[in-house]
Amino acid sequence: MLFTSYTFIAFLIILFLVYYLLPHKWQWVITLCAGLFFYAYAFKDPGKQFGFFFIIITIITTYLSARLIDRNLKIQQEYVKTNKETLDRDVKKAYKEKMRKKRLLILTGCLVLNFGILAVLKYTNFAISNVNGVIKLFGSEAAVGSVDFVLPLGISFYTFQSMGYLIDVYRGKYESVRNPFKFALFVSFFPQLIQGPISRYDDMADSLFVPHSFDFTRVSRGIERILWGYFKKVVIADRMLVGVKEIIGAPDTYFGFYVFLGAIFYALELYADFTGGIDITIGIAEVLGIKVRENFERPYFSKSIKEYWRRWHISLGAWFTEYLFYPVSVSKPSLKLSKWSRAHLGEKVGKRLPVYIATISVWLITGIWPGAAWNFAVWGLGNCFFIMLSEELEPLYDKFHKRFNVLGTTPWKIFQILRTFAIMCSLRMLDCYRNVPVTFKMFGTMFTRFNAPEVFREGLWNIGLSIPDYIVLLCGTAVLFTVSMIGRHGDVRKRVFAKNPVVTVSVCSILLILILVFGAYGIGYDASQFIYNQF
Amino acid sequence: MDKKRKVKNIILSLLVVAALILILAALTRLFMPKYMGEVKEGALIGEYYDEEKDFDVVFVGDCEVYENFVPLVLWEEHGINSYIRGSAQQLIWQSYYLTEETLKYEKPDVVVFNVLSMKYNEPQKEAYNRMTIDGMRWSPSKVGAIKASMFESESFIEYVFPILRFHSRWNELEREDFRYFFGNEKVGDNGYYMQLGVVPVDYIPEPKILGTYEFGEASWEYLNKIKDICAENDVELVLIKAPSLYPEWYPEWDEQIVDFAEENDLKYVNFLECTDEIGLDFSTDTYDAGLHLNLSGAEKLTSYFGDYLAENCDLEDRRDEPELSALWENKKTAFYERKAELEEKFCEK
Amino acid sequence: MDELLEILQNLHPDVDFEECDTLIDDGILDSFDIVSLIAEISDTFDVVIGAENIIPENFNSAQALYDLIERLEEE
Repeated sequence: MLFTSYTFIAFLIILFLVYYLLPHKWQWVITLCAGLFFYAYAFKDPGKQFGFFFIIITIITTYLSARLIDRNLKIQQEYVKTNKETLDRDVKKAYKEKMRKKRLLILTGCLVLNFGILAVLKYTNFAISNVNGVIKLFGSEAAVGSVDFVLPLGISFYTFQSMGYLIDVYRGKYESVRNPFKFALFVSFFPQLIQGPISRYDDMADSLFVPHSFDFTRVSRGIERILWGYFKKVVIADRMLVGVKEIIGAPDTYFGFYVFLGAIFYALELYADFTGGIDITIGIAEVLGIKVRENFERPYFSKSIKEYWRRWHISLGAWFTEYLFYPVSVSKPSLKLSKWSRAHLGEKVGKRLPVYIATISVWLITGIWPGAAWNFAVWGLGNCFFIMLSEELEPLYDKFHKRFNVLGTTPWKIFQILRTFAIMCSLRMLDCYRNVPVTFKMFGTMFTRFNAPEVFREGLWNIGLSIPDYIVLLCGTAVLFTVSMIGRHGDVRKRVFAKNPVVTVSVCSILLILILVFGAYGIGYDASQFIYNQF
Repeated sequence: MDKKRKVKNIILSLLVVAALILILAALTRLFMPKYMGEVKEGALIGEYYDEEKDFDVVFVGDCEVYENFVPLVLWEEHGINSYIRGSAQQLIWQSYYLTEETLKYEKPDVVVFNVLSMKYNEPQKEAYNRMTIDGMRWSPSKVGAIKASMFESESFIEYVFPILRFHSRWNELEREDFRYFFGNEKVGDNGYYMQLGVVPVDYIPEPKILGTYEFGEASWEYLNKIKDICAENDVELVLIKAPSLYPEWYPEWDEQIVDFAEENDLKYVNFLECTDEIGLDFSTDTYDAGLHLNLSGAEKLTSYFGDYLAENCDLEDRRDEPELSALWENKKTAFYERKAELEEKFCEK
Repeated sequence: MDELLEILQNLHPDVDFEECDTLIDDGILDSFDIVSLIAEISDTFDVVIGAENIIPENFNSAQALYDLIERLEEE
């Protein structure tokens, strides 16, 4: 069930009705059932049903592990408390350590199992193709056949979310949830299954399980946000996709300035599609009265790559920082390495070395988690390279800023934003062409083969987009930009539309009309399909 | 005060929603193809609902009925009140549901079905489906027709809210979309679509050799359903094959229909076998080199078929009914006006 | 406390660490800073700040950070 399918919209309408018409105390159960239905629907085709059980495995193992860890922690606290007087310090410490090891064992077991599933499903074929490559290198023909796995929907997102929860419980951040069905709801909350955000349990728990009465203002705003998401996705992203696909699909035809154009189109397409999807997700949650955290904060206004990654897909970045970057970089071996390197390599290099090692490993993983392929790995390392580069160049920048006194001035800010945008676009080409050598070659043609005049003369009209398409895209992008500009100073809906529900209803109506008319959906979208001739 | 404001807000919101519905309805009408320009065939199906539904003979089928039979001739020569429920590439399940729908409105004496569509066992072209289905009024028959005709890439809801299907026409709207916003012009004469051009047959393409000459399962299913529903309603079913030189009507196909007619005690007329008796001259009687007849050919064919009907089916001559005669008088005027108009256009060319 | 302030001051000479209590919320300290901070603290104070302690509440001000160090030293 894609967000943009009629089935999904019908599903939503039914859910919203049931959610508020049945007794409100059942709401969380209804949401859980909806999530399981949504998930099962993805595996309805014969031969694919088993994909459904991976999420069940994750729910059960994570739930049980968290409960066990919690119980262990309680026993420990109880024991220490009752024997407060009699225990001496060392015995107490040894006991605590013993119990901690037990908890760690449970945690590790559960992590290995769940990330193991993820790794096997996602990376087996990548591994096989690399093994085959090596085998071929040695001139042998005996290749390993690839395996056809059904990749369960949203497996990365729910795995990350559940494992984050488990680690938090292990760290004693909050107690584990008693009711397994409530935990199942947290993992399978359907709007975020497909593309996140990755929620933290303590963020969501407050609003996820309590009854919500029908609040017209909140519900209409939720619907407004949903429609805004569809507008971005259907009117802008899907229309733009035609051009992007055309350019990327034929690197031999579309080189030089086309590549530049493709990169910009892709940046817009990706932004509109991804943030639109998240708007739909958060909007649905808002209608249901559930708080889901924001996942984007106008990322294209970032002034550095590092800042960009704090503002793009925020929940994923936060997850990696919290559960991967910090544990790795403040682990004992890493601190030892830091000490050693500072002693032997000097203060400056020594300080950086462990951080950089952690950074590189995090980016490598960030790169390959969405798809196992070399282009993604190179993409991740590319990001890492620019982040470290700007870190290293900081003293230089400082000097420059002081010398010319540009820091904070508007033109300089705009320059910084454009620079960041350009770097991100360039890196993203790896994601477009899905092939490392081709990407570099195409990137090169931007500078070696100058064909901008020709592109503007006729090329623009040959990539599957017509003049009306460009007009819609231009207007859509202008709306997007304006909303972002206003959004810099707070929630657009609150700022511009105040609290008058009539305005919300009107905005919803206008958005609905725009989506229905200008959306790139349905078979009619390909106008060539509807030809009235040959009787 | 606060309550007053709340009531005001609710009323305003409802007004906005009402405006939204109105706008969407207007946009739907605007974006729906009007079939008033080059392709008038799409408007034929909808015209039936404006008629006094009291016909003796109803034709169902594809272009081989609405291009080839002239109800006016049947009236003038035999007092038969007839109507053609034909549409471009009407598929056999669409013919079935149109028959079903027609039989809910009225009980004619004879239903005439042109068997060419037996060759299609699955939906062919979405655009044609739309021409047949969009003209139908909502009824269980329309639902059935949609379900039977839909492609996998289509959704039922796109028929309920056609804006979902036709919204992409926003950048190809034409004058006719605005001109006929509030209603179409009548394009047919009792379902007959008049053509005056003459393009003689110069050659007939060599028929392709087919893998199988057996009609498909769905085709048989719906032919049987048409037969059954006619029998249930005490309506005589007459099968015909219009005298179009191509697309090819294979002898193997003809045999199957002959056998079917025999088994079920139905009348079947293959006009291809009696073109000489009809007096068809393929150098003057077709407007597209043999696919369809022009007015001159259609008049000859109808005249021949009228004799057949009068002779073989139990049909009354209704020319003595004053109301009906008056109605036909008007139709006749409209028919000749159209003819004159077309002739004028034809001469201009 | 003075030692801690010195470490912080070395990291960002231009920030008033004694007053500021939104080091994380305002993005003054980023992840790189936190990691180098922890490395230096572990040298100076002989405590290990585990990943579980890296939450905004513990890093938003020098005082909060110092409290954390003291708590860890006690254990």
